[in-house]
Amino acid sequence: MDSKNSQILSLGIHAAVVISFYALQYVLPEYHLLALTRIMLLAIFALGFNLLFGYTGLLSLGHAMFFAAGMYGAGLTVYHFGWSVPGAFLFGVVCGAILGFVIGMIALRTTGVAFMIVTLMFAKVSYLVIVYFTTYTRGDEGLVMPAEFRGFELLGMSISLTDSVTRYNLALLLLTLTMLIVFLLVRGRFGRALVAIRENESRTRMLGYNTFAIKLKVLTASAALSAMAGSAYALMFAYIGSSFATIQYSIDPLLYTLLGGAGTVLGPVFGTFSMFYLIDIASEYTSAYLLVTGIVLVLLILYFPKGVFGAIRQKYCRWLP
Amino acid sequence: MKQKKESSSTDVTGVSSSRRRTLKTIGTGIAAATAPVWFPRAYAASEPIKIGAQLHRTGIGASYGRWYERTATAAVNLINEQGGINGRPVELIVEDDGTDPKRGTEVLEKFATQHKVDVAYGTLFSHVVIGSSPRAGELKLPYVVCSEGHHVASGKLNRYVFQPGITDVRSQVISMAPWISQNLGKKVTMMFPDFAFGHDHRDYFSQAIAEQGGEVLELIAVPPTETSFTRYFPRIPRDTEVLYHVMVGPGVLTFVKEMGQHFGKKRPEIFGFIDSLEAVDLATPQLEFLEGTYFWEGNPRYAQADQSDFDKQYRAAVGVDGKGASLADPKDVSTYSHMFACWESLFIIKEAMELAGYRSVADKNAFIEAMESLQKFDEGLAHPQGNKIFNPKLHQSFGHQHISKVGADGSMEVVHKTSIEDGLYESDVDYTQMAL
Repeated sequence: MDSKNSQILSLGIHAAVVISFYALQYVLPEYHLLALTRIMLLAIFALGFNLLFGYTGLLSLGHAMFFAAGMYGAGLTVYHFGWSVPGAFLFGVVCGAILGFVIGMIALRTTGVAFMIVTLMFAKVSYLVIVYFTTYTRGDEGLVMPAEFRGFELLGMSISLTDSVTRYNLALLLLTLTMLIVFLLVRGRFGRALVAIRENESRTRMLGYNTFAIKLKVLTASAALSAMAGSAYALMFAYIGSSFATIQYSIDPLLYTLLGGAGTVLGPVFGTFSMFYLIDIASEYTSAYLLVTGIVLVLLILYFPKGVFGAIRQKYCRWLP
Repeated sequence: MKQKKESSSTDVTGVSSSRRRTLKTIGTGIAAATAPVWFPRAYAASEPIKIGAQLHRTGIGASYGRWYERTATAAVNLINEQGGINGRPVELIVEDDGTDPKRGTEVLEKFATQHKVDVAYGTLFSHVVIGSSPRAGELKLPYVVCSEGHHVASGKLNRYVFQPGITDVRSQVISMAPWISQNLGKKVTMMFPDFAFGHDHRDYFSQAIAEQGGEVLELIAVPPTETSFTRYFPRIPRDTEVLYHVMVGPGVLTFVKEMGQHFGKKRPEIFGFIDSLEAVDLATPQLEFLEGTYFWEGNPRYAQADQSDFDKQYRAAVGVDGKGASLADPKDVSTYSHMFACWESLFIIKEAMELAGYRSVADKNAFIEAMESLQKFDEGLAHPQGNKIFNPKLHQSFGHQHISKVGADGSMEVVHKTSIEDGLYESDVDYTQMAL
């Protein structure tokens, strides 16, 4: 298949996924509508993580701090200063991007295991900062967003975040935007440079690329997308709490990405979806549902080491981004 | 041919038996399908009242969750033995919240939209309750919690959230102050975890002890990640008469051991909250230093000399012995001080539903209003911990608290029971003014 056709086909597949999500709201029972809203937001988090891990080969164990930066950036401005939802949302994204840039300036001086440890440490510090400033954050208990800030006016439209269909479509809009950004990034020169760094950073540097600058850009973008997920999560579900900054929320996007397929656009979306329902369904039958999840992941690594979409790409569609 | 003949045989009425079977089947189907229309009462009576229990089956609250589930199941069994609620059986649908606010919220949504429960109920940890509450309000799902946190009474939640089964931590803390100042000393040093739970103790107890003529000499906040506490003990002033501690988490055994090493035989009076030692046998090695110290208990773990018949029946129903451990396994110590909240909350739900003549989720508002019409709960099998008063504006109950002294064998003897008035406080919160 030539390059143009493969590009059209891959765009078509991604568009079909978005259209399917849109159509599902008309047929799904309410619970699944609510669940998919969360899944889409967490998929944005995973897509942001995948940009760094899947395409650039940098394994961060501290991405919860970027999610939390978005969550607290948006939530605290609403709670303490009464900011409107759109302003708070954008502020949350900016907080994540700035934090990503600053952390990147320090952490990107390391590689491999050291990078994992440094990001893990920064995430721990972020968690403790939230807990330390309990006066403003209520630390582990968290804060509930005031009811009067659950709606806003945008372009003459009155939007209520208490409405499940509105939330679903906003989450879908953000997911579509994220998929488009990631798709365009990884299909272009920048994406090829990321993959080159992942495959052989020294050679990429030798070819004249400033790999530090590229990694800093992708880490900032990854942090901004993760913060976008956190920001939207806080505003849509009206709660911020320090538990979202714990190590568990750094591991989750890694699992979503591994399950779906690192270095693919659809993989993290599929991984988030599968993991959510795996836990949801298994927990109805046993309290050892995390064991079930663990077994599934082990089997997956044994038989699909590149994740579901990684395996599909390897065997059938090498053009899949 | 023979078979065909039999299948189309005709009786004296002239109707073939196969047609009659078909008509009978259709008639039965129509009758069954329209039963709710023609016989609403009979139909409704057969449908259970569904109560969604959001519990910590996993995560850091699992030891609480295990006992909360046993207590809730025992209460539901008793309610069903007594005829259910409004003549309908009660079905408890348990979902694990993983002691995580994100999963807790998902569980609540599942209750409302998939299980279609009448009421959501349960759970202990504050962050799960606070994280779930906005969704309960938006889903218009009554949410009766057993958390003891001050968050319900603080007014920051919504009209759908109630905490009628257990006194909140603010009330618990301030009701301790009079006895401590009169019996243990007026010069207090507080050691508390440096996060919201510890800050509530710091703020409310400092104020309460000052009102009793006492003073807090030193506030020692310990970061929640601390695993060794030796560097904090030298900060305790020498003239401290009472050390008030509320340490929580896995480090608590180390805390007690290091406290013993620091003080030796000469120590101030020590007072703590039992929360961190719930489900832990006080006869555990390293906890010997606790002998002669005092603890707050919501419901006394050890059966006391004046144990009520209601407490006996409650222990038997849940499967707890006189030492607060499981009847099946003496090493399985219960969360006795707190878990009565699960039992009592279910009986309060029953009382409010019967008051409202509750039949279906369409009567949700009537149920909320019935909850808000409740004023007090008398001690009885439905309320074995003791009588309580309920403040409908705050959606919060206030009851008696206990101060127990640790004996040589790790047993605990109640030395003081507070009055309800000891724990009352002023508040201008009024959930009843919120729209339903």
